[in-house]
Amino acid sequence: MRLEGQSLTIGYPAHVVGHGIDVAFETGEVLALLGPNGGGKTTLLKTLLGLIDAKAGTVRIDGKPLGDYSIQERARIVAYVPQVHVGTFAFTVETVVLMGRTAHGNMLSRPSDHDREVTARALARFGIAHLSQRPYTQISGGERQLVLLARALAQEPQFIVLDEPTASLDFGNQGKVMAEIRALAVSGLGVLFTTHDPNHALRAADRAFLLRDGTRIAEGPVGQVLNKAQLETLYRAPVDTVIDAAGNVAFLPGQAVIPAG
Amino acid sequence: MRKNSPLSRSSLPGLTVAAIILIVGLLLAFTVGRYPISLTDLMQVLLAKLTGHQPHVPQAVESVIWQVRGPRVLAAVMVGAALAVAGTAFQGLFRNPLVSPDILGASSGAALGAVIGIFFSFGIFAIQGLAFIGGLIAVAAVYMIGSMVRSRDPILVLVLTGVVVGALLGAGVGLVKYLADPYNQLPAMTFWLLGSLSAASTADLLPLFGPVALGTAILIALRWRMNVMSLPEEEARALGVATGPLRIIIVAAATLVTSASVATAGIIGWVGLVVPHLARALVGPDFARLVPTAAILGGGYLLLIDTLARTVAQVEIPLGILTAVIGTPFFIWLLTGVQRNWS
Repeated sequence: MRLEGQSLTIGYPAHVVGHGIDVAFETGEVLALLGPNGGGKTTLLKTLLGLIDAKAGTVRIDGKPLGDYSIQERARIVAYVPQVHVGTFAFTVETVVLMGRTAHGNMLSRPSDHDREVTARALARFGIAHLSQRPYTQISGGERQLVLLARALAQEPQFIVLDEPTASLDFGNQGKVMAEIRALAVSGLGVLFTTHDPNHALRAADRAFLLRDGTRIAEGPVGQVLNKAQLETLYRAPVDTVIDAAGNVAFLPGQAVIPAG
Repeated sequence: MRKNSPLSRSSLPGLTVAAIILIVGLLLAFTVGRYPISLTDLMQVLLAKLTGHQPHVPQAVESVIWQVRGPRVLAAVMVGAALAVAGTAFQGLFRNPLVSPDILGASSGAALGAVIGIFFSFGIFAIQGLAFIGGLIAVAAVYMIGSMVRSRDPILVLVLTGVVVGALLGAGVGLVKYLADPYNQLPAMTFWLLGSLSAASTADLLPLFGPVALGTAILIALRWRMNVMSLPEEEARALGVATGPLRIIIVAAATLVTSASVATAGIIGWVGLVVPHLARALVGPDFARLVPTAAILGGGYLLLIDTLARTVAQVEIPLGILTAVIGTPFFIWLLTGVQRNWS
């Protein structure tokens, strides 16, 4: 399957954030969306999800406009992982993940035994089955991110769209979430995520999409698109490249302030 | 020991506590008062009614139970349940544990309708009807104004519109009171606006029961979707819920139960704020358990307060005053503890 936006003009009723944007990704691949703050990453994400309407252009799933799908049909194809939040009410972790099953029921239905099985599998896959009866409000940020990932997986979608999945995580959990994103693509899902860290794109993504001031600067395989020159153009800031003996590449923001050696 | 262990999340102990409070409330309400009735007499009368025999108690005891206290007790249970269920729905819908049924102008709209009815010396049914229409019109107005304002935070706009419209309706109530006959109508209006069940009769029960049962049944049927609706708007939609239509249904159902209770008992504030919190503490936030628990607990809570209102002093104390005396410190306690979980 293919999720694409064609010549999109994105924004809110009062102002346009970006225009002329073409973006597409398919099941089985990971696309990373990079760009400076205010560049339109989140707006583009929500437009692709159908949470805000495109001001011009069309979002399509397998060639069919998003508007032709009901809100429930959409949720069975595309899942959304928002930035980690605390939540107002102390639902158990299991209940939060069960909410991912909502689109598979009707207006009046309660989660079925099958829904509970799917939920249990999703919890187990991310190694958080032991948290299932804990209140969502009382677990750590890293655990919450995994719970929201499990909820997206419980939706049994074709695509998962994540808004800064590593933003509030410690170093270890960042690596864990990157690995899980990679694993989702290996199991056949299409994944789109935004990030502030090009290294996360290198780690988990097949392709990168560079967005600045609502316009595409570059797009392509991470190995080609993510380099010093492109990143300096993207962020209008200096970037250092580090390469180890095995050929692994990483980027450091800014200039060296402590002399090497 | 950790708070909120899995055991305390099970619904059975919480429901039992709510049921015990309701039963204690029922026993007290029937036995305590200017004409005390012993527990034995009460049981005899109830058993006799069930078996169809003639109870061996004075005629006065029977008439106090069936004619005087019975309707009032049932009305208190239903009004309390209605306000608690409406409060539970509004708190979930607005993702804010500090809102209550008054938030959308339902109560003030119903109040204006009722004082207009009293002003024109209408009968009780016309007054109830006007209160009901006033409540629905107020909510419809709040909702339409709220959706005309384009905003990225429609919930906040709706709440603020509710406050503004409520203030206007309050001015209307003030005007009607100012114009009212100070010897006959004004005391009636004032007493009714402060909340009272002293006039509740058998004839009030059916017009109260119908809307309350219907609204509560709708909310219970939507229990799972209401869980999802308590997530941020965009998340709920991404999970496949058409939030717009569903919000209208939930608001309409909650307004229906609120208006019916205001039409019967006047303005009784704070119940819709306090009881949902107590219910959440008992069974957790899942609406499937929360709505029934809040209904039972709300019934028991208002019954206990109403019993207090008619027994604690020589004259009856308006219910709204007692609920405010309990509700205000509770609200302040909630505000100061915002960091704690809304569990």
